[in-house]
Amino acid sequence: MRKLIPGVDSQLLIKDAAKVMPDPMRRTFLRGAFSLGALTFLTGCDIIDSDAAEGVLRKISEFNDGAQAALFSSTKLAPVYPESAITRPFPFNAYYDEDDAPNVDGAAYKLAVGGLVDNKKSWTLDELYALPQVSQITRHVCVEGWSAIGSWQGAQLSEFLKRIGADTRAKYVWFKCAEGYTNTIDMPTAMHPQTQMTFRFDNKILPRAYGFPMKIRMPTKLGYKNPKYVVAMEVTNTDRGGYWEDQGYNWFGGQ
Amino acid sequence: MMPGQGAMTAETIAAPSAEKAIHPVWVRVTHWINAIAILVMIGSGWQIYNASPLFDFTFAKSITLGGWLGGAIQWHFAAMWVLMVNGLVYLTLGFATGRFRRKLWPITPSAVLADVKAALTFKLAHDDLSHYNAVQKLLYSGVILSGIIVVLSGLAIWKPVQFQELTTLFGGYNFARYVHFFAMAAIVGFLVVHVALALLVPKSLRAMVTGR
Repeated sequence: MRKLIPGVDSQLLIKDAAKVMPDPMRRTFLRGAFSLGALTFLTGCDIIDSDAAEGVLRKISEFNDGAQAALFSSTKLAPVYPESAITRPFPFNAYYDEDDAPNVDGAAYKLAVGGLVDNKKSWTLDELYALPQVSQITRHVCVEGWSAIGSWQGAQLSEFLKRIGADTRAKYVWFKCAEGYTNTIDMPTAMHPQTQMTFRFDNKILPRAYGFPMKIRMPTKLGYKNPKYVVAMEVTNTDRGGYWEDQGYNWFGGQ
Repeated sequence: MMPGQGAMTAETIAAPSAEKAIHPVWVRVTHWINAIAILVMIGSGWQIYNASPLFDFTFAKSITLGGWLGGAIQWHFAAMWVLMVNGLVYLTLGFATGRFRRKLWPITPSAVLADVKAALTFKLAHDDLSHYNAVQKLLYSGVILSGIIVVLSGLAIWKPVQFQELTTLFGGYNFARYVHFFAMAAIVGFLVVHVALALLVPKSLRAMVTGR
């Protein structure tokens, strides 16, 4: 950590720092710059450095990842609801229109499994459907604020990870989706009893809108951390980020 | 000063003037840190609201902070720590030093009514800044309470699984969003009155900066 340089005008420094930013971000940054002093004392970052200035908010977001990991309980279950509470129709939500959602061929589908696992064989849908199935009616919370209650059926991810001989001491599980969406989650969440490889919605084969053939349902995480159309997963110690996380959404995305 | 007294030491000069300070230094420091944090929280909170509005309106982009939802969330969950830590220091010292009890207590309905009447007829005195009238007591207590509610309901929305007991206390996830919104609205309402009056009575603003 560097010390403040005496006689240096912090206002000018903030302006200098903003020059290296893309335009919309710069405007936002300057609008909020008055509070940077307050933010600095929390992070211990030195905003004198322009690289650090760009990253202050991201640093705090990373700090919040750690705070959320500490708050996360492996045994605390998300509240469950009766069937009458299910939101009908359950909303479709993505960064593209419903018509543009991936159309995965179930007969040809094979879930690729990789990384720190003993058995890297791919899984057909029939094999996945034959896994012990569990069910949950839980609340899906979107980062935007709205929420909806859905009914999901599938296999426990923790059970599947044990079955394939995954190294559950690894830090992350990474998911790749048919349309290119990606998502990295922490191992404690992957091992949470309600984290589910979902094949059905409301006891019917998962419709295309909700992620056919497989969604990863995590009621302990926000919607953008619940990938749909999952075609590959990898157990890894490398954080490979994710579609929204790389754009600035919080990495942990817990709730 | 006693006549015939010799040269005074720095301590004897400082002691009586420190007693006269309307706002001790911890009040002034926490006040201005809170002012910054709450403005960031409100500006970014409005941007977050716009992503999924609770009512038939959105906030103009020019008065929101963060540029987009992801940026606003980064601001909101950064200033959150400032607001919480600073608020805890303020509440702890407010109770521990007896300031809340001395300045904000008691609040009686009859005193509030009398002072509202006096204020509306422009007879409410502002001579002694160290003494709060009943309307001030009510507003300051109210905004402190709103601050506590806005933080707790915010935690209930942020962590409806890990803090699910708190979320239930606020009537569930969806209801807690409305609680959070109305607590914000109460704070904004207070701010309008508070800032307007501080500008009308500039010595009150000076007191919050210099202490006197």
